Amino acid sequence: MKKVWERFGVVLLAGGAAAVLLTLAAIILFLALRGAPALSWEFITAFPRRGMTEGGIFPALVGTLYLVVGTAIIAVPLGVGAAVYLSEYARGGTWVRIVRVGVNSLAGVPSIVFGLFGLAFFVKALGIGVSLLSGVLTLGLLVLPVVIRAAEEALRAVPQEFREGAYALGATRWQVTRSVVLPVAMPGIITGAILALGRAAGETAPIMFTAAAYYTPRLPRSPLDEVMALPYHLYVMATESTFFWKTRHLQYGTALVLLCLVLVFYLAAALIRARIRRRKRW
Amino acid sequence: MARAAERLVKALTWGCATLSLFGLGLITLFLFREAIPFFRHISPFSFLGGTAWYPTQEPPSFGILPMLAGSGLVTAGALALAVPFGVAVALFVGEVLPRGLRDPFKVAVEILAGIPSVVYGFFGLVVLGPWLQGRLGLPTGQTALTASLLLGVMALPTVASVAEDAVSAVPDSLREASLALGATHWQTMWRVVVPAARSGMFAGVFLGMGRAIGETMTVLMVSGNSPVWPPSLLSPVRTLTATIALEMAEAPVGGLHYRALFAVGAILFLFTLLLNVVGDLVAQHVGGKR
Repeated sequence: MKKVWERFGVVLLAGGAAAVLLTLAAIILFLALRGAPALSWEFITAFPRRGMTEGGIFPALVGTLYLVVGTAIIAVPLGVGAAVYLSEYARGGTWVRIVRVGVNSLAGVPSIVFGLFGLAFFVKALGIGVSLLSGVLTLGLLVLPVVIRAAEEALRAVPQEFREGAYALGATRWQVTRSVVLPVAMPGIITGAILALGRAAGETAPIMFTAAAYYTPRLPRSPLDEVMALPYHLYVMATESTFFWKTRHLQYGTALVLLCLVLVFYLAAALIRARIRRRKRW
Repeated sequence: MARAAERLVKALTWGCATLSLFGLGLITLFLFREAIPFFRHISPFSFLGGTAWYPTQEPPSFGILPMLAGSGLVTAGALALAVPFGVAVALFVGEVLPRGLRDPFKVAVEILAGIPSVVYGFFGLVVLGPWLQGRLGLPTGQTALTASLLLGVMALPTVASVAEDAVSAVPDSLREASLALGATHWQTMWRVVVPAARSGMFAGVFLGMGRAIGETMTVLMVSGNSPVWPPSLLSPVRTLTATIALEMAEAPVGGLHYRALFAVGAILFLFTLLLNVVGDLVAQHVGGKR
């Protein structure tokens, strides 16, 4: 009797987990089936036409790539530098604790709040205006805690013996960090950075007031221009555009492209991580 | 030479860490700098307790109680879905699934967290909302329930991954001791692993709650956005986050409406900060015990 109940419990757990997987599969499959008919070479490479009721998503795609590259330039060096300090140079101490608590607690702040800050500080107080640059700075801050945490975790996973071995050979701290610790931790650092950038690519709220434009007739020529971006484009097309019910097929196409873009980031990160696990021999 | 390089690198990385903290500190500063003047005109009591939100009327009224309740309702609904399923996923992955299948399963859950919120919102707007509307015979598909279901799916990976960390951190010696005493696999899971991982599971719930409260685009697109009082699960609601996203573009910079929206942002900020700190403390408590 007891046995039967226990089997039932395990089946229940498995059912819950299966339901989660099915939800994921259903969302992805549904968007793929509905979005695929809209995809074409023209959809990827053309500007929107006729008040966004025809044409493609080229400027939004390029805008999102610019935003991601810009975010990487801001957040990755700063985040990795901070992680190297926290893990290699300053073990312990009040300052380190303050930095870590600050970084940790801001990791959970809603992205719309980052958008507000970007508006008040970058757009207004610094006078950068609604622009690619303001958007990149805002997104950079948003993903900074993710980059720092992942990099620090990767650095800490390097066994202490590796460092000690190098010190025993007379290497300085920077030599140890550069030639022993960083190369070993690099795949983990890259994985974290990719995940952070995948998040930046899909964010809408932080760029709504800081960078995104409903429509631009040409690609941005300087960091001070407004940009179109895939997530914002999807939001506007689906809710605010004049004929939003007529362009559903374009919206499905946009959603699918955005989803694929983000999935590429996540799968790349998962593959790198799987490789690290396989190669790890200590 | 090596000495100078050594100093330089140390200073440089210290600069990175300090600049990161500085940037994050600026957020706090600017948020409150823009929000605090608002309370010279409107008392915090009528802001938090007022049920009427007419920011553009003359005279305006700024009561956010309907939005506080809307955020609370939607978040509670999301947790009702995310907590049982998240914990089930954590236990299934950590205790039932063979080791080789754990990583692929975790990647799948991670992807669920990676789907952009605007894509969830779009899915809710064109698929889930209309379906619920037809199924339940509602006047609109854009309801608190629609938002709760989607937010539940979005908060689930947070709950699952933190809870799974806690489950896999339970030392095998505890499981072995329990099995050696004649307990079954199931008894070991419920009476040994779950109690040992309890704090971590609570931490997951707090962090998932923070995720649900702070989510903007999804609720903006599927919850209907009317600040009605009192809110109900089967009618449209407005959340704190959606209010900011909807009205910021029209609020004149520096005006009372603009500052009111920053005050809403400051409240969100304090809420999520509190949830994060509590979540981290609870999670550390797990580490501290061993």
